[in-house]
Amino acid sequence: MASMSRDAAFVEFERVQKSYDGETLVVKDLNLAIGQGEFLTMLGPSGSGKTTCLMMLAGFETATHGEIRLGGRPITQVPPHKRGIGMVFQNYALFPHMTVGENLAFPLEVRGIGKSEREAKVARALDMVQMGAFGNRRPAQLSGGQQQRIALARALVFDPELVLMDEPLGALDKQLREHMQFEIKHLHQSLGITVVYVTHDQGEALTMSDRVAVFNDGRIQQLAAPDDLYERPANSFVAGFIGENNKLPGIIEDIGADHVLVRLSTGELIDATPVNVTRKGQKTLVSIRPERVEFKPEMMPDGAHSIDAEVLEFIYMGDLFRTRLRVAGTDDFVIKSRNTQGQRRLEPGERIRIGWAPQDARALDPV
Amino acid sequence: MSATDPLTTADGLPLKRALMRAQRSARWRAFVLVAPLLLFVVVTFLVPIGQMLHRSVHNPAFPANMPALTEWFRATPAGTSPDDRAFAALAADLKQAAANRTVAIVGTRINYDLPGTRSLFTATGRRAAALAPPFRTALLEADARWGDPALWAAMRNASSAYTPGFYLSALDLTRGNDGTIERVPEQRRVYVPLFLRTFGLSAAITGLCLLLAFPIAHMLATLPLRWSNLLMILVLLPFWTSLLVRTTSWIVLLQQQGVINSTLVALGILGDDGRLTMIYNQTGTVIAMTHVLLPFMVLPLYSVMRTINPAYVRAARSLGATSWTAFRRIYLPQTVPGIGAGALLVFILAVGYYITPALVGGASGQLISNLIAFHMQDSLNWSLAAALSALLLGAVVILYWLYDRLIGIDNMKLG
Repeated sequence: MASMSRDAAFVEFERVQKSYDGETLVVKDLNLAIGQGEFLTMLGPSGSGKTTCLMMLAGFETATHGEIRLGGRPITQVPPHKRGIGMVFQNYALFPHMTVGENLAFPLEVRGIGKSEREAKVARALDMVQMGAFGNRRPAQLSGGQQQRIALARALVFDPELVLMDEPLGALDKQLREHMQFEIKHLHQSLGITVVYVTHDQGEALTMSDRVAVFNDGRIQQLAAPDDLYERPANSFVAGFIGENNKLPGIIEDIGADHVLVRLSTGELIDATPVNVTRKGQKTLVSIRPERVEFKPEMMPDGAHSIDAEVLEFIYMGDLFRTRLRVAGTDDFVIKSRNTQGQRRLEPGERIRIGWAPQDARALDPV
Repeated sequence: MSATDPLTTADGLPLKRALMRAQRSARWRAFVLVAPLLLFVVVTFLVPIGQMLHRSVHNPAFPANMPALTEWFRATPAGTSPDDRAFAALAADLKQAAANRTVAIVGTRINYDLPGTRSLFTATGRRAAALAPPFRTALLEADARWGDPALWAAMRNASSAYTPGFYLSALDLTRGNDGTIERVPEQRRVYVPLFLRTFGLSAAITGLCLLLAFPIAHMLATLPLRWSNLLMILVLLPFWTSLLVRTTSWIVLLQQQGVINSTLVALGILGDDGRLTMIYNQTGTVIAMTHVLLPFMVLPLYSVMRTINPAYVRAARSLGATSWTAFRRIYLPQTVPGIGAGALLVFILAVGYYITPALVGGASGQLISNLIAFHMQDSLNWSLAAALSALLLGAVVILYWLYDRLIGIDNMKLG
């Protein structure tokens, strides 16, 4: 886990625990430091504790134990309206009885900012999200994407240093979502604000974030930059949650510093990189990305072991070919190959040999 | 496509006609489904209301039974003092009415406008057969009141079957002897003060209901479903209890020797001679009706509050609003449809409430509906009862219109 120096930490969770019913912990011992200007995403399945963490940071939930600091100051006793944190809600929470302009002016009004300055700031914020002409509309008259922009502008209009976003793009269709991802990213970069972003969409997390904290079962499973997370998952949960992964259970046959031999249940040997295995004879789950599996002998890395596979299904996906194989007794081993000139289409029933570079296969904890 | 070139279907039929034909059977089915209710509403609601409105301006008791005198009134302008022909017509009509045994009906009709005249008609009617010309002398001999100009003005008013007279009475107005409209003497003004009291008490009850219902509805809307259902049962309990049981328990609680007074005396807060009068007056009416009508306020409020996403208040808080500002600027405005619906419902129900004020209202806690009931059952002046009801109906309709203008009927949520 990357650790930040204390001075650089803008938001800090220290040993934070949260329980709603006094019997189970929703957040178990959370330690997290977020740097100024960072875009950090909390990613995880529903019920993993990520939204609870966000709500504790916003002040709508209190931590049962531990301390949360903002700019070095403990904020546990600070009520939400004094934290000065901008927030974008899942369903935007635009006030339906106010116009867009009034919605944006609201945070300025409650701060006692004068009318002329208010109007200038509202206009600037609307221009920032390219919604300058919509000030007099009601939220209900806007499309989902437009509402999203207004919610964003409202969270930014009072110049907060920290903005929290709780699944802000969840209600949008795919194309709009991807477009908004870039806009939010650009705003983050141009304004230099710190963003804590909660989502269950891994694609969103990977494209937008500086770092991603993967949550499961109330704990951070891995905190890393997107490429690290995808290519070097720290455990089976992260490997299974981020992207598609093939999993082969086996037993460690031989272990070195950066290489292990794993014997599969069918007796075949494969190569892998040790991640959280330590000794011979240990059970492990080897995870390999479908796009890193090779089936053409000339492409196979030198010295790598290869194993038998039978083609079960070939799916044409446009830019990709997705082939399902039977490997070592499992029926759901998938490989992906790019639809390039001369790429071979595998036929169902065909028998092939597959292999991979040892660094692409990771020997993880068994589930 | 130009306006002169209507759209057609593939086989050349105008599109509109094809659409009508396609939808005809669906429309018929919809109509057949609605028909029973429509019939029911027409028979049990529209017809009686129409009849009531008609009765409030129409009373044929006088012209039907006094045709000759009615004819004389029609032929002479208002304010004409009765001549010999008038007295002759009166005598002839009285003879005929006595023979038909309808004198009392005519007497009752004139009695509405001029109290104490019913006996004049019945007494003279008994001796009508003996009347002989000259009729003026004969009638004045029978009873000197036959010369009273006020009586003749009242008869002239009653001589047309269609009359605004009942509405005038209902508004404490009367027609003077010369036909001008004036207010009745102060000690005889009954209806306008009672209308004012009815609206005042209804407004107070509505306000009390709102004050009590708002926090409860908010709690119901924010509690987990399991608890809110339990609380909802408590709120709805008055609905499921017999009216008499409820009223009796209010009497037990509120009367001078009742639970509350005795407790206060026992605690030394009140002296034994200082027991509060909380029932058989306006206080009793307000307390009991607030209790009865509370669910009508809670339910619309609850249904509106349930739909308000808690994220709104959270958003306001995160944007820098204190909890009071968030409530006032964000939460409260969004509950307005519920407040409007609940207030309208409670007010309209309260304005027409009858049983509770009759049981616990005493003399000062009576509402206009109690007087309507009195005219329906005791004084048998149905036309006046109808006029009072129509005024009440008019007030409610105006209120409804105002609500529509201010808040919008389509914003109303009744649950």
